[in-house]
Amino acid sequence: MSLLSYYNYWIAIVLMMVGLYVVMSHANLVKKMIGLNVFQVAVFMLFISLGKVRGGTAPILDPAFTTYSHPLPHVLILTAIVVGVATTALGLALAVRIHEAYGTTEEQDALKRDDAESGAR
Amino acid sequence: MSGWMLIDVALFAILLCSGIAIAKIRQLFAVAMLSGIFSLTSACIFVMQDAVDVAFTEAAVGAGMTTVLLLGALALTRTREKLTPTARSVPALLVALTTGALLVHASGDLPAFGIEDSPVQTHPVTERYLVSSVEEIGVPNVVTSVLASYRGYDTFGEVVVIFTAAVAVLMLLGQRAPREVRERAAPMRDRQRVLRVIAKLLIPFILLFGLYVQFHGDYGPGGGFQAGVIFAAGVVLYALVFGLDAARAAVPMRALRPLLAAGVLLYGGVGVATLLLGGAFLDYDLLAAEDPVAGQHLGILLVELGVGITVTSAMIMLFYGFAGRGIGRGVGRS
Amino acid sequence: MSLLQSILQITADLALGAGVLLVLTGAAGLHRLSEFFMRTHAASITDSAGAGLVILGLLLRSEEFATALRLLLILLFLLFTSPTASHALAQAALGDGLKPRTGKPHARDGAQTP
Repeated sequence: MSLLSYYNYWIAIVLMMVGLYVVMSHANLVKKMIGLNVFQVAVFMLFISLGKVRGGTAPILDPAFTTYSHPLPHVLILTAIVVGVATTALGLALAVRIHEAYGTTEEQDALKRDDAESGAR
Repeated sequence: MSGWMLIDVALFAILLCSGIAIAKIRQLFAVAMLSGIFSLTSACIFVMQDAVDVAFTEAAVGAGMTTVLLLGALALTRTREKLTPTARSVPALLVALTTGALLVHASGDLPAFGIEDSPVQTHPVTERYLVSSVEEIGVPNVVTSVLASYRGYDTFGEVVVIFTAAVAVLMLLGQRAPREVRERAAPMRDRQRVLRVIAKLLIPFILLFGLYVQFHGDYGPGGGFQAGVIFAAGVVLYALVFGLDAARAAVPMRALRPLLAAGVLLYGGVGVATLLLGGAFLDYDLLAAEDPVAGQHLGILLVELGVGITVTSAMIMLFYGFAGRGIGRGVGRS
Repeated sequence: MSLLQSILQITADLALGAGVLLVLTGAAGLHRLSEFFMRTHAASITDSAGAGLVILGLLLRSEEFATALRLLLILLFLLFTSPTASHALAQAALGDGLKPRTGKPHARDGAQTP
């Protein structure tokens, strides 16, 4: 497991864990969405690095080149990026509506208000 | 070789620093900017790893659209985050560290980075995509031919996902909340002269570039998604400089709603047309009378057009949803 | 022709080096300067002069016409948008009520400016 051949994967894993930590520990809903974005980008990096060939080039066929990086990870990640932005937009819209309903985007405060209201009934 | 590695090391260092800063900083406007930097740097890394289409999309979507949506959401909610209590952060840190350690250990089973005989490279589908696609489809950009033709079903699902997200955001944020109307004071408009002139200068070229990217996706990096996001970016720029009402007058919702559906219909319509012509769903070979390659070209063109139309309308509708919601409670004051 | 080529090469290297130096200067200024408008100026150096010189250097080193044309267009776009971005930033700060610190330079006191 030499550093040179695996550092791409390890950095992607470190970034994934940073994103995961943000999603798990921070209570602010908008911050969670940003953490989720970081996680997604790190996953994309891991995926794309699996398709790369040293000495290859982008998978656009050209008579001057013989080796190409594999196009399939690129296609899958292209889809994933756009789906990611759709998810982010929806999550942020929900956060905005929660803020309008509860007056806060902190998950804990919203839950406490819910508990207080259901306890008062 | 070592020159590339230096660039790699520098880019990864920026990524790591931005990632950790995103986790630690509690002022959310700064975090939104940092996430834009994060996306842009990751786009550079994608270019280093030969994924030019992906880099294009990530730069447009991640550094452009996502930042705008984040700022829109932050303008409607609070911009300062509360301190995370250690009761939450320590267990989360432990879980993240353990999962990370497990993944790093498991990554030892992955093939070394960049070797030529990894399972990814030696799978027979590689030859199908890189070699046979020349005779079957004849499009130089293999990513476009795989996206639109070989894996057209996935892309159809993705277009429907974007459609659904736009409809859902429309349902959540579409109705205008009561907003305070702030007319721009005259001195403000004078001060914005430079912005207005530059915006008027650039927007036609942005839209033209979007068209170029849409139709040139066969020969270089590009395609429906990137084109849609670039178009939407042009409209968003117009809205940011000239006001949301001017943008809503230029690109009204009553035009965007049918366009959103029209893109999905176009994509599905091509599939139904091929069904009616006697083949499978989205089998483009049948679209041109005697020439399967011409049929493939036509199919890819129509399908990418559908994708571009839907993505444009969806992104603009998302922006309108966030920007038009009005001033929420407690903006920026907490 | 090799004299012309070596002149082009040296000019390109000088432009690249100057561009990198300006980017570093801008980064250092962003970190060290104490007032918002001074920092905006430092950041604008990175965007317009630094990036512009780097692209100029690449332009002089490019070998195909297509590459050179694209780099020229990117340079043009950058020259239009980077100063506008810095201008917009400064205008937004002025519009918010932030005033630039004027007068003689004096010892930094912590509570003065963000």
